[in-house]
Amino acid sequence: MSNPLLEIKNLKTSFRIGEKYYAAVDDVSLNVNENEVLAIVGESGSGKSALAFSVMGLHNRAKIEGDIFFKGKNIANLPTKEMNKFRGNELSMIFQDPLTALNPLMEVGRQIDEVLILHKSNMPKSQRKKYIIELLERVEIPRPKHVYNQFPHELSGGMRQRVIIAIAIANQPELLIADEPTTALDVTIQAQILDLMRELKDDLNSGVVLITHDLGVVAEMADRVAVMYAGEIVEIADVDTLFNNPQHPYTRSLLSSIPLLDDAQDKLHVIHGIVPSLKHLPREGCRFSARIPWIEEDAHEEQPTLHEISPGHFVRCTCYKHFYFPDESKEDQNHDVAKS
Amino acid sequence: MWKFTVRRLLITTPQIILLSAIVFILAKMMPGDALTGLIDPTLSQERIAEMREKLGLNNPWYIQYRDWLAGVVQGDFGQSFKYQMPVTELIWQRVINTFWLSLVSTIMIYAIGLPLGIVSGRYNDRLIDQLITGYTYLGFATPVFIFGLVALWIFGFMLGWFPTGGSVEPGLEPGTFEYILSKLHHLLLPSLSIALIGTVGTVQYLRSEIIDTKQRDFIITARAKGAPERRVYNRHIFRNSILPIAAFFGYEIINLINGSIFIEQIFSYPGMGNLFIESIMLRDYSVVTALVLLSGILAILGALLSDIILSVVDPRIRIK
Ligand SMILES: Nc1ncnc2c1ncn2[C@@H]1O[C@H](COP(=O)(O)OP(=O)(O)O)[C@@H](O)[C@H]1O
Ligand code: SF4
Ligand SMILES: [Mg+2]
Repeated sequence: MSNPLLEIKNLKTSFRIGEKYYAAVDDVSLNVNENEVLAIVGESGSGKSALAFSVMGLHNRAKIEGDIFFKGKNIANLPTKEMNKFRGNELSMIFQDPLTALNPLMEVGRQIDEVLILHKSNMPKSQRKKYIIELLERVEIPRPKHVYNQFPHELSGGMRQRVIIAIAIANQPELLIADEPTTALDVTIQAQILDLMRELKDDLNSGVVLITHDLGVVAEMADRVAVMYAGEIVEIADVDTLFNNPQHPYTRSLLSSIPLLDDAQDKLHVIHGIVPSLKHLPREGCRFSARIPWIEEDAHEEQPTLHEISPGHFVRCTCYKHFYFPDESKEDQNHDVAKS
Repeated sequence: MWKFTVRRLLITTPQIILLSAIVFILAKMMPGDALTGLIDPTLSQERIAEMREKLGLNNPWYIQYRDWLAGVVQGDFGQSFKYQMPVTELIWQRVINTFWLSLVSTIMIYAIGLPLGIVSGRYNDRLIDQLITGYTYLGFATPVFIFGLVALWIFGFMLGWFPTGGSVEPGLEPGTFEYILSKLHHLLLPSLSIALIGTVGTVQYLRSEIIDTKQRDFIITARAKGAPERRVYNRHIFRNSILPIAAFFGYEIINLINGSIFIEQIFSYPGMGNLFIESIMLRDYSVVTALVLLSGILAILGALLSDIILSVVDPRIRIK
C-alpha cells in the first residue's frame, strides 16, 4: 500500500505558560490519504488550530514533539527555509477569519501574486496576471479584472474568503488544511463557500484536512472524521460510522447537540461546560470524565487509550459501554414504569 | 482623493482666518504697544501722541485688524522697530535659515528613528530593544534645551568640533563650496540636538506599530504562503507599520517649530525661533505677530499635509 499523504505520529504540541509547557495537542496520530477529506471536529479550545498550525509549521513559540510525515518526509520542526518550499505550494491553508487574513494595505491581485512569485519564479509577470484573473474566476469572484486592483476592505467577507481560497489553491496543493473556513461567514455564504470547496477539491484531487465544529459541514464534505477533545483524539471513523454508530460519550454529545428543527428535545443532550483552559486540563486519567459527573467513578478507565472496535473505527476508552445520557436513563425508567 | 483634499482645504481657510484674529487680539492685549519698547526718553509727550496717531494705534481694534490684515495679505507685516526695516524683509533670511535647520533635523529624525524603531520592534524585549527603549525614555524625560546646552558645551566648547553660534563662517562668499560646507557645519550640532530628542516619538510609535502588526492574522497568511522571514518583514510588517509614520510627517513640522525656538536660542542660530524670542524681549510686536502667524499657518498646513499623506497612503481612507 502506498504511503498516506500526511501521516501524523504521536504529535504533541505544547505552549509555554510561565515556567512550564502545557500540551494543547497531546499524542495525536492521524493519516490523510490523497483525495480524502478528513474532518477534525471538536469544541473551541480542543486543539484543532494548534494541530493545523503544527502541520504548517506556523507556531513560533511552541514545542513540537512527534513526527509529521508529508509525502514520506518528516516535516515536524523543519527549518523555516525548508518548510517554505512546501508552504503555499504543495501544502496550503485556508484560515478562519477572512476579515483579518488579508493584508489591508495590499491589492488583492498582489496578495495572490505573492504566492506565485514565491513558488513559480520563472513565470513572467503578464502570465501571472492572466493566471490570477483565471483563479479569481475559478473561485467565482465576479468582475475579476476589477477585483484584481481592489483592496480587501472593498470586498465582502465571502469574497475575501474566496480570495484566500484562491491563494491556497494557486499552486495546486496536494494537501489543503482548512481551519474553520466558514465559521466567520453568514449562513447563506457558508453554503456557497462549501460548495466551492467541494468543487475545487474534486478538481485538484488533493487531500483535505477540514477543521470545523459544524457537524452539518462534516456530513456534507468529509470522508472520515476525527473527534478531538482537550488535545486528544477521542474517536475516529469514516463519516457514516461516526454518524450512525458513535461510541465515545463526547462524540455522542456532539451529535445529539445538533439542533434538529423538528425536535427541540434534542437540546437536552448537550453536555454542559466548556473545554478547560490549557493550564487546567486534567492530565491524568480521562479528560472528559469531569463533564459527565453522573457516571460512577469506578466506571472510568484509569488510562483510556484508543481501541479499534471495528476496522477503521477507533474509540478512546472501553467504558463507553457504561455511558448514558441522564435523560436517556429517565426514558428507560419510563419504559420500565410503562412495562410494569 | 481630490474630493478629500479639496474638502480638507476648505476647512483650512477659516482656520487660518481665525488664527490671524486670535494672533492679532493677543498682540493687542500685551502690555504696552509698539512704541513702548523704544521710547526715547528725550521725546516729548506730544511727539509720542503724534506718532501713535500716525501709526493708527488710536483706532478701534477692528479697524486696526482690518488694516493689518490688508497688509498681511499683500505680504506686508509692517515695520520692525528694532531693526528699522520691513518685517517681511527681516523675516525672510531667518525663515530660510530655519528651513535648512528643519530640513536637516527632519532627515536626521528619520535617519535615526526608522532603523531604531524597526530593530526595536522586530526584536522586542531582547537586549537591543531594551537599550533602545531606555534611550527613548531618556529622550522623553530630557527637555530639548537642556540637551542642546549639554551638546553645545561638550562638542562646541570643550571639544571644539563644532562652531558655537551663527549660521555660517563670516567672510565667505555665498554660493561657494566652502560657504555651503560651513553652513552645514553650523547646522549639524543644533540639528542633531533636535533630532536625538525629537526622534524618540517616532521610535516608540514605530516600535509599537511593528509589535502590533507582527501578530496580525495576515502575517500568518504570508508565512503560510511560504514567504521567508525577510519578505514577511519587508513587505508586510515594516511596510504596514511605516505608512502611519509617513502620515505623521506633517505633524513633525509642529515639533520642529517648537524645537527650533529653544535650539536656535542656545546655538545663537539666526533663525525664526531666535528672532521670536528676541522680538518678545524687545516688544517688537509687529515681528512677533508675523512670526506667530507664520508658525500657526505652518502648523495648520502640516496637519493638512498629514491628512493628505494618510489618505494617499491608506486605501481605507482613500476611497472616502
Ligand atoms: N500560542 C498559544 N499560546 C498559548 N496557548 C495557546 C496558544 N494557541 C492556542 N493555545 C491554547 O491551546 C488550546 C487549544 O487552542 P486551539 O488549538 O486554538 O483550539 P481550537 O482551534 O480547537 O479552538 C486552548 O486552550 C488555547 O488557549
Ligand atoms: S474513562 Fe471512558 S467512560 Fe469515563 S469519561 Fe473517559 S472515555 Fe468516558
Ligand atoms: Mg481554532
